[in-house]
Amino acid sequence: MSESQRTEQPLANAQPDAARQRLQVASVTGIDWSVAIAGLGGRSYAFVVDWHIRVVGALAWFALSNLVLYGDVLAAPRENRSLFFFGVAAPALAIYLLYHPVLEVAMRGRTPGKRLAGIRIVTSAGQVPDASALAVRNVLRIVDSLPGLYAIGLASALLTRQSVRIGDLAAGTVLVYEADDTNWAAFDDTAVARIGLERMELVRELLHRWNDLRPDHRALLAAKLLRQIPSSKTDAAFKAALEEELR
Amino acid sequence: MTDAAANRRAAAWIAARSPTWRRLEPRLRELEDGRSTDAETAFDAVRSYPELARDLAIARRENPASALTRQLEQAYARLHRGLFRSAANPRHDFVRLCRIEVPLIAGELRQRILVVAIGFLLAAFGGWWLVMTFPELAGLVASEKMIERLQQGQLWTDDLLNIMPSSMLSARIFANNIAVALAAFALGSIYGLGTLYIIVLNGILIGAAFALAASHGLHGRLFEFVAAHGFVELTVIFIAGAIGFSIGEAIARPAHRTRIAAFQRAVSRGIKLMLPCMAFLVGAGLIEGYVSPNPAFPLAVRIAIGIGFWFLLLWTLSGFRLPFKR
Repeated sequence: MSESQRTEQPLANAQPDAARQRLQVASVTGIDWSVAIAGLGGRSYAFVVDWHIRVVGALAWFALSNLVLYGDVLAAPRENRSLFFFGVAAPALAIYLLYHPVLEVAMRGRTPGKRLAGIRIVTSAGQVPDASALAVRNVLRIVDSLPGLYAIGLASALLTRQSVRIGDLAAGTVLVYEADDTNWAAFDDTAVARIGLERMELVRELLHRWNDLRPDHRALLAAKLLRQIPSSKTDAAFKAALEEELR
Repeated sequence: MTDAAANRRAAAWIAARSPTWRRLEPRLRELEDGRSTDAETAFDAVRSYPELARDLAIARRENPASALTRQLEQAYARLHRGLFRSAANPRHDFVRLCRIEVPLIAGELRQRILVVAIGFLLAAFGGWWLVMTFPELAGLVASEKMIERLQQGQLWTDDLLNIMPSSMLSARIFANNIAVALAAFALGSIYGLGTLYIIVLNGILIGAAFALAASHGLHGRLFEFVAAHGFVELTVIFIAGAIGFSIGEAIARPAHRTRIAAFQRAVSRGIKLMLPCMAFLVGAGLIEGYVSPNPAFPLAVRIAIGIGFWFLLLWTLSGFRLPFKR
């Protein structure tokens, strides 16, 4: 149905993720689409977040179940060890070990960490991977984590063009960035008719980032957009003028 | 065309199309949820797909670097993912796995499983010979405490139930066995060397353990201990080893496929065969926790359980077909 190939987006393109490798997917309509491939940074950010969640989750279960069953968060009972094993230790271990395989299947290629990093797992054809592929990439963590601290996985992500670890290579999966900021209301046709799409997007972007920019920088950018002299207006007046452009 | 005319044309196009884009958003979320959608949503999504493709093509032509183009591309990608996903039918997939895929893969790996079994037995013989020839090597496979107990005529498995209850013992055993089987499977990625190491090491250890027991006249009791669970446990290890070697071979000798394609095929087929095997390792762990250490079970019953469970494994791997039925 569809096939994929990796391409490099030229840096001249104004897209924010233009410098990243892209997974290009062909579709039946002949209109291809592409997504930016997550590099080592995005991957490790998601992993660190997930690792903390599962460690904290496992420790929380251990402490709370201990507290409920034995009245002490660090109890290690000498009697009735079955209850301790099945009620305290085994579930805590399960939270730690099954976090990725269970959540990746349930959240269709995402985990809380991946969601926070804005990435998701897809197949090389851009689809949501099935449970079998997700199982493969998780079992192969055994290899990726060798000889320690995910050394093989990190080396593989550094050396492969799609920044994938061995588990992804085996499962045929790729981690891609997924923007989740759809806002159709931003494209106001009356503003487009007056100032054009490109100018409207620039004005909207500048207003969106207004508070993050230094006053002299934003005044300079606003003056350029409005074709005015930077010192001709106050900061607030420039903002008001930009807002007026969109009305 | 003047700028003003172009702007008016773009505005008219956005005004005409944006209601469709906005209406599509909740549909996309519904499709992304992964749950089954109603017919109206599905038809609407199918209808929207070529429309969105056309909109994206127009946006790329007119404003290739605009945020609108990016947003349309995102929506198109989401719709593509939602529409072209494989149908979710877990029951059908499970039946297909058990009745078609598992027997097919097991059949393909039959010779390799046999080779791994022979290799394992040779390693076990090597372990036996080493401990029998150089008794001082026994310290490498057994602790001082274990050797002392053997000298007193007791096996290290004799009072397992006094150390921990059966339920806990079972869980620890099957978790350990699953970890070993998965390691034998996954470490095949290192050109099969990791698998080779695990198979040979486990073979040597079992051979050495039997030799150590035999040197104190306790090998019969050790066999009695392993009779109920050992057949299935070892068979699953052989299968995991065979899968590991097939992965290693796929990387080393990919034949007409690319290395990556051969690797992916070997791992994907391997994991399908490992699934029922892991279920049997849980069963073997339960037997090892409840039956094997319990002296109430005579040898004949243990052998019957072991062989019966082993035939159940073979029956499962053959797709629940009787061996003589074609």
